[in-house]
Amino acid sequence: MHTSPPATVEGEAHENPALLHHFATEEQQKNAASLGMWLFLITEIMFFGGMFCAYLVYRYAYFGDFAAASSSLDLKLGTINTIVLIGSSLTVAMAIRCAQVGKQKAIVGYLVLTIILGVAFLGIKAIEYKQKFDEHHVPGLANFHLEGHVPRHADVPVNQNHAQIYFSLYFAMTGMHALHMIIGVGLFAYLTYKAYKGRYGPGYYTPLENGGLYWHFVDIVWIYLFPLLYLIDRHP
Amino acid sequence: MHRPATWPRRPRNRKFQVTSMATAVLETGERETYLNREYGIKSWLLTVDHKRIALLYLMGITFFFFIGGFFALLIRLELLTPAGDLVQADTYNKLFTMHGQVMVFFFLIPAVPAVLGNFLIPIMIGAKDLAFPRINLLSWYLYIIGGILMVYTILAGGVDTGWTFYTPLSTEFLKTNVTTAALAVFVSGFSSILTGLNFIVTTHRMRAPGMTWNRLPLFVWAHYATSIIQVLGTPVVAIAIVLVALERLFHLGIFNPTLGGDPLLFQHLFWFYSHPAVYIMILPGMGIISEIVCCFSRKRVFGYKAMAIALLGIAVVGFLVWAHHMFVAGISLYAALIFSFLSYFVAVPSAIKVFNWTSTMYKGSISYQTPMLYAFGFIGLFTMGGLTGLFLACLGVDVHVTDTYFVVAHFHYIMVGGMVMAYLGGMHFWWPKISGRLYPEGWGRLAALLVFVGFNLTFFPQFILGYMGMPRRYWDYSHSPEFQILNVLSTAGATILAVGYLLPMIYFLWSMRYGKPAPDNPWNAAGLEWTIPSPPTTFNFEEQPVVTWEAYNYDELDQRREEVPVAH
Amino acid sequence: MANNVDALYIFLLVVSALMSVLIFTMVIFFAVRYRKKAGVRAEQIDGSHALEITWSVIPFCVFMVFFVWGAELYFKERRPPQNSAEVYTVAKQWMWKFEHMEGQREINELHVPVGRDVKMIMTSQDVIHSFYVPAFRIKQDVLPGRYTVAWFHPTKAGTYHLFCAEYCGTMHSGMVGSVVVMEPKDYQAWMGGGGNQPLAVTGEKLFAELGCATCHKTDTQGRGPNLAALFNKPVLLEDGRTVVADENYLRESILQPTAKIVNGFKPVMPTFQGQISDEQLNALVAYVKSLGQQSNAPARNVAAAAPQP
Repeated sequence: MHTSPPATVEGEAHENPALLHHFATEEQQKNAASLGMWLFLITEIMFFGGMFCAYLVYRYAYFGDFAAASSSLDLKLGTINTIVLIGSSLTVAMAIRCAQVGKQKAIVGYLVLTIILGVAFLGIKAIEYKQKFDEHHVPGLANFHLEGHVPRHADVPVNQNHAQIYFSLYFAMTGMHALHMIIGVGLFAYLTYKAYKGRYGPGYYTPLENGGLYWHFVDIVWIYLFPLLYLIDRHP
Repeated sequence: MHRPATWPRRPRNRKFQVTSMATAVLETGERETYLNREYGIKSWLLTVDHKRIALLYLMGITFFFFIGGFFALLIRLELLTPAGDLVQADTYNKLFTMHGQVMVFFFLIPAVPAVLGNFLIPIMIGAKDLAFPRINLLSWYLYIIGGILMVYTILAGGVDTGWTFYTPLSTEFLKTNVTTAALAVFVSGFSSILTGLNFIVTTHRMRAPGMTWNRLPLFVWAHYATSIIQVLGTPVVAIAIVLVALERLFHLGIFNPTLGGDPLLFQHLFWFYSHPAVYIMILPGMGIISEIVCCFSRKRVFGYKAMAIALLGIAVVGFLVWAHHMFVAGISLYAALIFSFLSYFVAVPSAIKVFNWTSTMYKGSISYQTPMLYAFGFIGLFTMGGLTGLFLACLGVDVHVTDTYFVVAHFHYIMVGGMVMAYLGGMHFWWPKISGRLYPEGWGRLAALLVFVGFNLTFFPQFILGYMGMPRRYWDYSHSPEFQILNVLSTAGATILAVGYLLPMIYFLWSMRYGKPAPDNPWNAAGLEWTIPSPPTTFNFEEQPVVTWEAYNYDELDQRREEVPVAH
Repeated sequence: MANNVDALYIFLLVVSALMSVLIFTMVIFFAVRYRKKAGVRAEQIDGSHALEITWSVIPFCVFMVFFVWGAELYFKERRPPQNSAEVYTVAKQWMWKFEHMEGQREINELHVPVGRDVKMIMTSQDVIHSFYVPAFRIKQDVLPGRYTVAWFHPTKAGTYHLFCAEYCGTMHSGMVGSVVVMEPKDYQAWMGGGGNQPLAVTGEKLFAELGCATCHKTDTQGRGPNLAALFNKPVLLEDGRTVVADENYLRESILQPTAKIVNGFKPVMPTFQGQISDEQLNALVAYVKSLGQQSNAPARNVAAAAPQP
C-alpha cells in the first residue's frame, strides 16, 4: 500500500478532480495559482527589462544609427503582426469568457483561433527574419552591411558597428519574444486538448485564465517592442 | 486574505489509502514517516514531497560545497609561497573562477532556502506542502541540470573568467568554456526564481488558520524577503549572461568597446542582480539565527516587528546599491556619491538586527548547545563583515581597498562567517527533525569551535593583506615577499577550517544510523515544526493545526515543562 | 593623499572596533550572566521602540560622517588639479606603456619627480585593467575605448609597487611594475638623457601628416572647427546639446567624427577608427590640448610645463 508517491494523488472522485491534495479549497488553489502566475510575469518583466535597459542606453548614445537601422525594418509586416497579436489576445479573452458561461465548443474554437493567429505571427516574423538575412542585416555575420545614412544628414553614412548593435538587440528582443510565443502556442495546444476533453467550464478554468495572462503579457511586450524597434524615426 | 476553514479530507484514492496518519504503522512495526514511507530511487526522483526534495537538494549542495572547498584549498596552497609554483597561471585563474561560480551559484544561493527553507516553510506555517509541489521538483531538476553543466565545464577544462564574467575579457579574449559556464548559471538561475516564486505564494496562500503575518517565525519572513530578491533580480542576471553567451558566439558588439559597445553596461546588469544576490545568501541565515537565539535564550525575539521590517528593508534597499562595486570602474562622480549614500542605508537594518539579537539574550536563560555556538559565531563574524562593509561603502577608502584582499576578506566574513555559520547552525538545530536522530553534541561543539577558529585565522589576515595592497586574483606575488607571512597564516587557517567542515558531514552521516532517536521536540523549541513527530509524516500534520499563540512563546513552553516534566 | 586615506581608515577602524567591542562584550556578558540556571526562568521582553530607534539613528549619524568624509576625499582623488604633469598610459595584456609629455616612453616603469602632481590619462588596448599604486592609495580601472583619469602627488623618493587590480587574463599577476619617485634633480638628469620629441610635437607632425590641418585651421575658421583654445571649453552641438571638450570628447571626435557634430559644421570628417594606434591618438589629443593654452606655440608650452625645482 505504501508504494506510490503522493504525487499521483488525484483527489476524490466526487470532488473537483482538479483539487490537489495539499490545498484545502478550490478557492485557495485558484488564488495560489493566479498569484503564482502574476509573480512569474513580474519575473518576465525583469527578464525583458534587462534588454530594454541595454536598448535605451544605446539608443540614447547612437540615436542616428538606430533610427537609420530602424527604418530598414518592414513597417507593413510589423503593423500586420501587431494587429494579429492584438486579435489573438481578443480570442483568448473570448475563450475564457466562454468557459465562464459554459460554452464548451466555443472555448475550443477560440483557442484554435488563438493558435492560428499565434502561428501566423510567427510565420510573418520568420518572413521578416528571412528578409534580414537576404539584406545582410544579421549581426555577427561577416557580410553585415546596412546601406543608408543618418536621418536628416545625407552626408553621414550609418556607422556599421552601431547598426550592428541595433540589430543585435532587435534579434535578441524579438527572438526572445518569439521564443515566448512558441512556448505560448505549445501551452495553448495543451489547453485546447484539455478543453476538447471538456475539462474547463464555469466551475474550473484556472489554467485557461493563467494561460491567458501569459498570452496577454507576451502581447504587451510586443506592444512595447513595436514602437521601440520599428518606429524610432518614421515620418509620414 | 483567504484562509482555509477546514482541513481537506484525505483523498480516498485507490493509489493512496492511509486511514489516519497518526496510526500509520509500517509492517516492520516502525512509525511511518516521510523517509520510510517508500523506498527506491524512483520514489525520490519523482517525489513532490517538499521534505524529500529538500534532502535531494542537500545532496547536491553538499557535493558542490566540497568541490568548491577543494578549489579553495588549492588556491590557499598555491599562495603559501610567493612564486607561482604549485599550478600554472591559467590553472590558478580557473581555480578561483570555479571556486566562485560553484560556491555562489551552486552552494550559497540555494543552500539555506532550498534545503532548510524547503523542508521547514510549509511546516512552520502549518501547510501540507509548498503551493506548487511539482514546480518545486522542477526547480531541483533545473538545479541539477545547471549543476551537470557546471561539472561538465570543470571536467572539460574549466573556465577562467572570474565569477563575475567581466566583458570584454569573457566575450572576446578567453578560449575556455565560458559558454557552458554561462549556461550553467542561467539554468540554475531559473531554479532559484521558481523556488522564490513558490515560497512567496506559499507564504501568502497556505498559512494555517490563526497563522497571521505577525505570528510568522522570522525564518519565514527571511525567506519571504529572500524570495522577493530571487524573483526580481535573477532574471536580470540571466539575460545579462545570455547576452554574454550570444556576444561570445556571434561577436555582436553589445559589450565590446571596439564595436561601440559598453563594457560597463554589463557590470551594471551583472551587479544589479549580484549585489542583491548577497542578500539572497545572508537573509535566510539571519532567519535561522533568529530562531536559534530565541530558542537557546528561552525568549521571545527582541522587537519582532523591527526584525521583520529590517528583513524587508534590506531586500528592498539592497536593490539600490549595486554600483558600489564600481567606484573605480569609471562611473561618474555623482553616481558614485548616490550609491555610496544608499549603501549606508542598507547598513542600518543590519545594525538593528545585530543589536536586537544581542538584546534577545538579555535576561534570558542561555544554554550553549551547538546551534547556539554557531549563532554566537554568526553574530561576531557578521558584525565584523558588516563593519568592514562600511569601509568599502566609504568612497575615499574604497578606492584603495577595492579589488584587493580586503574585499575578499569582507565578503568571506559575510558569506562564510555569516551564511555558512548560519547554515551549519540550522542544520544542527533541525537535524533531529529532519533525520529523526540526534547528532553527537560533543563533536558538534568541537566542530563549531574549529570552524570559528579556522575561519578567523584564514580570513582575518586577508584584511591586513588588502590594506597592504595585495590585489585579489594574484597567482604570483614574488615581487612582494612581504605578503607571505599573512598568506601562510591564512593557509594554515584554511586547513583547520577544512577539518571543521568535514566533521559535521561525518557525524551527521554517522548519526543517521547510530544516533539516538530524536524526540519530537529535543530543544523544547517553539514553532509548529516541533509539534509534529521527528521525522515528520508525509503530509506533516495529522490534522489542521490552528495557531492561537504568538511566535516564540517560550514563556508558555517553559511553564508547561515545569508543570509536566518531560522525560528525556 | 595617502595620509588622508589613512586618517579616514584609522577613524573607520577605531569606530568599528568600538562598535565590535560593544557588541562582543554584550554578547559575552549576557551569555555568561544569563546562563541557564535551575529554577530561573527567562524574563520575556517584547522589545523597545525607543532602544531600536536609538540604535538605528546613532549608527546612521556615524555612517553619515563616514559618508561625507569619504565623499570629500573621493572628490579630491578623482579631480586632477590644473597644471599636472600628464602621463599618457596604454595598458595591454600584460604590460603598462607610459608616455610622458616630454616624449619619454617607458614600459612597466614610471619615473616621476617628488612634489609634482601627476595626471595619468589611461586607456586599454584590449580588456579592462586597473592602475593601482597601493602606496599612493589610488586605483582606477583602465577601459578599452575611452580615457579614464587618475592622479597622485608623490612626496617621498623611492620605488613603489604598481599593480593591475582588475583581473585581465592569464598573466594578470604578472602585470606589475613600479613607480620610481625621484628627487627633482635626479629626475631632470633622467629626463635629459633621451633627447626625445615632446608628445605634443609628435602630435603636431601627425596632425599635418594626416591632413587634419587642411580643415582645422588655428588662425581662421576652416571647414572644420578651429581647435585653438578648445580644450575644456563647452562646445555647442548642432542638436542643441552642449558638451565639454575633455579628453574623451577629443578622442571620440577623432575616431567617430559624426557622433557629435559641432553646430554650424558639416559632418565631412572621415573616421580614423582603426587607422591610428592608441599612441598616435594620444599624441593628437596632447597636441590639441596644447593648443588650448597658446594657440601657436605647442612645443614651448610643453617646455614651460616641465618640472620646476
